[in-house]
Amino acid sequence: MSLTVPEKGWFKAPTGSERLWIGLALAWCMVLTLMMPFWHLRGKQNSTGEAYRVKPADFAARVARFVDANKVGELAGITVVAPAPGTDIYLQAQMWRWYPVLKLKKDQTYRLHVSSLDLQHSLSLQPMNMNFQILPGYDHVLTVTPTMAGEYSIICNEFCGIGHHMMVGRIIVEE
Amino acid sequence: MSTIAIAGTPQASEPPANVAGNHPAGAVRKCDTTGLPVCKTAERYVKLNAVMAVVFLLVGGVSALLLGLTRWPSVHLLPVDWFYRILTAHGLNMLIFWIIFMEVAILYFVGTTLLNSRLASKALAFTSFAMMLTGALLVNAMVFTGRADVMMTSYVPLRAHPGFYLGVILFAVGTLIGVINFFATVYIAKRDHTYEGSVPLVAFGAIAAAIIAVVTLLHGAIVMIPAFLWSLDLIGQPDAAWYRLVWWGLGHQSQQINVAAMVSVWYFLAHITTGAKPLNQAVCRGAFVLYILFINIASAHHLLVDPGVGATWKIWNTSYAMYLAVLASMIHGFTVPASVELAMRKKGFDKGLFGWLFAAPWRNPGFSAFFLSLVIFGFLGGITGVTLGTQQINIIAHNTLRIPGHFHTTVVGGTSLAFMGLCYYVVPLVFRREYAWRGLVRVQPYVFAAGITLMALAMSFAGSYGVPRRHWDIEFSGAPFSPGFDAAAHFMMGLVGVGAVVAFIGLLVFILLTVHAVFLGRSNEGRAMTAW
Ligand code: HEM
Ligand SMILES: [Cu+2]
Ligand SMILES: [Cu+2]
Repeated sequence: MSLTVPEKGWFKAPTGSERLWIGLALAWCMVLTLMMPFWHLRGKQNSTGEAYRVKPADFAARVARFVDANKVGELAGITVVAPAPGTDIYLQAQMWRWYPVLKLKKDQTYRLHVSSLDLQHSLSLQPMNMNFQILPGYDHVLTVTPTMAGEYSIICNEFCGIGHHMMVGRIIVEE
Repeated sequence: MSTIAIAGTPQASEPPANVAGNHPAGAVRKCDTTGLPVCKTAERYVKLNAVMAVVFLLVGGVSALLLGLTRWPSVHLLPVDWFYRILTAHGLNMLIFWIIFMEVAILYFVGTTLLNSRLASKALAFTSFAMMLTGALLVNAMVFTGRADVMMTSYVPLRAHPGFYLGVILFAVGTLIGVINFFATVYIAKRDHTYEGSVPLVAFGAIAAAIIAVVTLLHGAIVMIPAFLWSLDLIGQPDAAWYRLVWWGLGHQSQQINVAAMVSVWYFLAHITTGAKPLNQAVCRGAFVLYILFINIASAHHLLVDPGVGATWKIWNTSYAMYLAVLASMIHGFTVPASVELAMRKKGFDKGLFGWLFAAPWRNPGFSAFFLSLVIFGFLGGITGVTLGTQQINIIAHNTLRIPGHFHTTVVGGTSLAFMGLCYYVVPLVFRREYAWRGLVRVQPYVFAAGITLMALAMSFAGSYGVPRRHWDIEFSGAPFSPGFDAAAHFMMGLVGVGAVVAFIGLLVFILLTVHAVFLGRSNEGRAMTAW
């Protein structure tokens, strides 16, 4: 019993239904284990964690250059940029805004660089509900191909201070 | 019948080597109910730690209600600054202070009573308790005065007052000292030959929990000391990715302490309420060993969408290792109910496939808390956990309410509920006081389980619509754009509020009845506890 020392000879192999269960459970664990790499190769959405070290000031400078080169207008007081398909594009997280607004083309692939100038943030694309952690000092690179036209919101879902709930950005995908 | 029957009380055929144990004269009493030896020093510290656990549970519980009422969209109670402050307080008081004070109490009880030993050191027990209490009070002082609005994770570069980190460090070192005292007790029990052969299963589980605790607390030291020095401007800011990696070595592994402790409590309660005996001890013990070996790398599932750690690393750490720890839980999830079934059938409740289950002592709050904990943890907690730990699914779950939805079924519906069930025996057996309003006690586990299950499921559904965790306002007032969540998501947030209120009522009933029993309950000294 569980409160007193076990009887002598307690160390023995499982039998009967217990043994069967352990076998089934182990087999199931193996299936799950194999599914991990399988989905990584088969599935279309992965987080590869591709990232490069970057100083926040350097990242801000890159973003500024990117915005200057590609700006096409303004939305809710935030600059809108329309970069060329296939290029490197930038998104800056900062207490408490996402900058700039990105205007992308459907079915085109971009390398999206995201980093933070201050605290940790988390990029949550809605309504797709896809989420990636954004850290200061790391240029997180996401290879993205929008497949549906429309307007998407980016909310921040890592606590980043009192204005955390106001940190909402926008990505526009055009045909 | 006024005594609890403990099936399989030590048989004459298996006497411990040194029946008298190693207690100095007058330092031990015999439990009037179970006949087990109780070391009086250990008993004092079991009481002190358990009382503090319940005090912090109250702080965390009131916070929980406020949080639930704020995330309920049509109530939206707290102002923004207090929401995050209370959220920080809730996480720390619940996950750290309530749970760990309780676990130290469990270690002292197991090390002395089950191993028939004295507590190794009174001085260490005192030092540990004093440091833990000071640390917990300091942390709470910092949080409630608004000097540590950083959540329990305190992810750098968020920065709190140095007192906050100091409090956490004091608490962690105090815990480590308590764990060392436990190991010292295990050692002297072995040395003095106070028991024969292998340690009892519940003690084995506790030792597993304590081993994981040491590894966990080392991670805690590695990450909190630099954070503390940085808050004093003595060193530069620790790297954000490094901090997350090491912090989760603390944060995730501490969950495995909770699981190992909870499973030990399951074995304890299953036995004391139904007389259950494990089918095969080698299997149960082997499963605890799997926890020790494979849980560390599973911490990786907190970093599945992080930059800086590659895909291979993510896949290796989550899949290969995680599933062996999952296997351990699947084994316990079989052996524990199977042992109850066997015990019930032996008692003659042998009708049909589930006759034993219907005949189980559902009116005994120790049993219902244990069994509900088993079901909630095993089904809801286990399934959500394995799902969320999948690399691709994590993309659609990270930092959404699915995450708190998951862990309120593990550490709350699982561990905390099991600990409540334990209290229904600890108070009569250790404090030697009886619970009053016993009808209320009998329904408490059901109310709490229902509330937590409702809240956790609603959180999970809301999270799958994208509703973020740690978020004050899903209307996004003041934001340049509004994502406008689905109406179903808002409805789910209302259910989160309702579930939180129900769970809070269950929690409050537990706390009030327990505090009443401890301080004003009828004494049962000199006779067996009143059976549940
Ligand atoms: C009456 C019982 C409880 C209720 C109603 C409750 C409710 C909540 C709510 C509403 C949140 C906020 C979720 C969010 O907005 O992100 C939360 C967070 C949390 N709860 Fe509970 N809770 C309860 C008990 C517990 C217990 C017993 C524990 C631990 C043993 C616990 C651990 C946590 C943790 C770790 C967090 C996350 C804090 C953070 O994000 O930093 N809760 N809880
Ligand atoms: Cu943010
Ligand atoms: Cu944020």
